[in-house]
Amino acid sequence: MRNTILFKEKLSDDVCSFIVEHPEIARHYEPGQFVIVRVHEKGERIPLTIVDADPQQGTIRLVVQAVGLTSRLMNELNEGDRLLDLLGPLGEPFHLPQKAEKVLFVGGGLGIAPLYPKVKDFKYESHVILGAKDARHLILQKEMEAAAVRLELCTDDGSLGRKGFVTDCMDALFSEGESYDACVAIGPLVMMKAVVEKNKAIGLPTFVSLNPIMVDGTGMCGGCRFEYDGEVKFACVDGPVFDGFKVNFHDLMIRSRQYEKHECRALSQYKERQKSKGAE
Amino acid sequence: MKGQERITPRMRPAEERIHDFYEVNLGFTREEALLEASRCVLCGACIKGCPVGIDIPGFIKAVQEEDFQKGIHIIKEYNLLPAICGRVCPQENQCEAECVLGKKGKAINIGALERFLADNYADEKLPDIRENGRRAAVVGSGPGGLTAAFELRRAGFRVTVYEALHELGGVLKYGIPGFRLPDAVIDSEIETLKKMGVEFLTSFLIGKTLTIDELLQENDAVLIATGAGLPGYLGIPGENGIGVLLANELLTRVNLMKAGRFPEYDTPVILGEHVVVIGGGNVAMDAARVSRRLGAQVTICYRREEKDMPARQEEMEHAKEEGIVFKTLTNPVEILLDEEGRVRGIRVEKMKVTGVADDGRSRIASTGEDFEIKTDMVVEAIGQSPNKIIRENVEGLEFDKKGRLIVDDNLMTTKDRVWAAGDIVSGAATVILAMGEAKKAARAIVEKCGG
Ligand SMILES: Cc1cc2nc3c(=O)[nH]c(=O)nc-3n(C[C@H](O)[C@H](O)[C@H](O)COP(=O)(O)OP(=O)(O)OC[C@H]3O[C@@H](n4cnc5c(N)ncnc54)[C@H](O)[C@@H]3O)c2cc1C
Ligand SMILES: Cc1cc2nc3c(=O)[nH]c(=O)nc-3n(C[C@H](O)[C@H](O)[C@H](O)COP(=O)(O)OP(=O)(O)OC[C@H]3O[C@@H](n4cnc5c(N)ncnc54)[C@H](O)[C@@H]3O)c2cc1C
Ligand code: SF4
Ligand code: SF4
Ligand code: FES
Repeated sequence: MRNTILFKEKLSDDVCSFIVEHPEIARHYEPGQFVIVRVHEKGERIPLTIVDADPQQGTIRLVVQAVGLTSRLMNELNEGDRLLDLLGPLGEPFHLPQKAEKVLFVGGGLGIAPLYPKVKDFKYESHVILGAKDARHLILQKEMEAAAVRLELCTDDGSLGRKGFVTDCMDALFSEGESYDACVAIGPLVMMKAVVEKNKAIGLPTFVSLNPIMVDGTGMCGGCRFEYDGEVKFACVDGPVFDGFKVNFHDLMIRSRQYEKHECRALSQYKERQKSKGAE
Repeated sequence: MKGQERITPRMRPAEERIHDFYEVNLGFTREEALLEASRCVLCGACIKGCPVGIDIPGFIKAVQEEDFQKGIHIIKEYNLLPAICGRVCPQENQCEAECVLGKKGKAINIGALERFLADNYADEKLPDIRENGRRAAVVGSGPGGLTAAFELRRAGFRVTVYEALHELGGVLKYGIPGFRLPDAVIDSEIETLKKMGVEFLTSFLIGKTLTIDELLQENDAVLIATGAGLPGYLGIPGENGIGVLLANELLTRVNLMKAGRFPEYDTPVILGEHVVVIGGGNVAMDAARVSRRLGAQVTICYRREEKDMPARQEEMEHAKEEGIVFKTLTNPVEILLDEEGRVRGIRVEKMKVTGVADDGRSRIASTGEDFEIKTDMVVEAIGQSPNKIIRENVEGLEFDKKGRLIVDDNLMTTKDRVWAAGDIVSGAATVILAMGEAKKAARAIVEKCGG
């Protein structure tokens, strides 16, 4: 039945992979697209990248990193459970330029999960840089290793790979003489901004997948809007992948803080509830 | 009798209702309905004002005779959703504008009577359905889609309605707030359709989840009623700051996601202490009154005069009673942000009236003078147009410059076996017009492939 979780795998403390039944989404999926999920009656709608689709089986794969309330609730679901709502495939498909034969993929923090399908689907030479706060947050290492030709890791505290930022890894690769036809970067806005600035200087075309706050995901609320090349774009229907050189990151950074206070409140309430449950 | 005053239903007091989302207008009691109906001279002048041509004197006569079942039966012949239209039609521009008693400001309260019958006397019997072996798909579950589904099912089609959101009802659910139109009113109409055997599939975005061509393989006809969901924006500096929302986002968060009840519900909504709403239509009134109920002081800025505001009269009156300030002849030119990108005010220019435009509204021009309004939130409600999902994902359809679907006299699109109705055809309009068109399109479908 549609929306049923057929298979669940825990990839790390905070990250789960789900195979979910939905023949129509599986059939129409193209790389770069995402779904919107709601897990309970009073729940929020959250966007998740489609990692994989199997049109024969009629299934899609989602990889969820628990960061706040809804992603946490989703990771508590088990095989046989159903997602309350599953809408997709949303957004415009993204294909790398045809002549790109050697591509640099940069993923940071929460951007690693949505980066994975892009690496996996790329048929030629992929170099991947992953960065996170610490070893625990550097997810999907095994999967990336299998998919990438070259993999570089870094953490802020040096607990895994190089100590430093993804841009430090980029410098290292560039100074080894590596050059690329294109770059795909997904991660926190500051990271994507830094990657874009670096690549702009050397003229390396860079694609970023944006993850602003979304509500409907169908172009109806305008909550995901931002400035792109001097125009207003809606990330959900015009993206989520954009030419990094044209994105106004300053604009996006401001907008991303719109709901900060509220999100924390929802999560702290949830934790309290869990605690009192545990105490019972 | 004829000298008697127009009767208005009781309203909940403003100081009480600004703290909740329950309905403001309590509707007629039986006595009030009988008294109001007794003023009607049954002349029928009003019928031409109703976009679906309801036999208004017919149902009012039934009220006079206290044959309420007959009354609701008459209405339902023309209008599937009277409980909704009675509440949200701009009656003062439609049926009531034509009422012969109107010249003395005493037009019969047709909307309230219609609502009275619909709320209290459900037309119990479901229509007899003789299956005709045909199938139809309806895209969108707003008033247009629901009406078409009813008509097609009644004619014997197997009908499936596809809706992008997780809730049914379109704007009636995510746009118009519960204090004007409670969810239960919409849900009970949808229940009726389900009982008739109409199938509903939510979280289906046609063009993405399924294509129109796929729907055509399974169906004899497809009707597109996807509305005008794309919000417009002003295009002035500061528009992407923290605290600037398009009305659709505010309304969707509050009405659809129940953000007013965060954190019981998981979706939050930001809210300023002072909200400036830009616009003068129903969307602006709803955004203003929602903000008021969430606890804000609210100012509405509109660039023309109050008489030009397209919102329903009743809602404007209610908004004022609720303490919402109207600033007319003010046109926003810049949203002012602090160093962190948060809204701190809005700069507006004073406008002046220079004449009357062809549509009867005032023609305006800038006075060159401007001033600032201090505020920490701005909500833009300046118009809606059809969104691009259908436009960019379906081959063979043609659209005009405003993104509206081009149709012929029978509401058939340029694509074979595909019809359209509602806001996707007419641009942002009204509930009753969407329903009227949907009915016409459904009839065309029945004629062409029904039998
Ligand atoms: C197009 C798109 C694709 C995405 N794909 C994936 C995916 O494949 N896997 C995955 O795990 N996540 C993905 N995300 C991010 C995911 O949607 C968010 O993690 C989720 O909405 C958080 O909801 P929550 O209720 O758990 O957290 P909240 O309580 O809403 O937020 C908790 C914390 O997470 C931060 N946060 C909230 N939303 C986002 C966001 N959109 N991006 C980054 N940080 C955020 C907040 O600032 C806050 O600090 C994607 C987002 C978008 C827009
Ligand atoms: C806030 C607000 C207040 C209003 N107040 C009034 C009022 O007081 N009186 C009045 O008469 N009118 C009012 N209107 C206008 C009125 O609501 C609309 O004219 C009417 O709802 C149009 O009906 P519709 O069926 O064409 O579309 P909608 O009601 O817009 O419904 C369209 C539905 O289709 C869905 N959809 C869109 N694209 C797809 C797709 N690709 N696949 C599947 N589903 C899709 C949408 O999610 C939506 O549910 C108001 C509008 C708004 C926004
Ligand atoms: S449907 Fe609307 S316009 Fe027609 S009679 Fe009823 S309230 Fe008046
Ligand atoms: S025009 Fe007025 S008085 Fe005449 S039938 Fe209609 S409601 Fe009654
Ligand atoms: S999420 Fe609402 S318009 Fe993009």
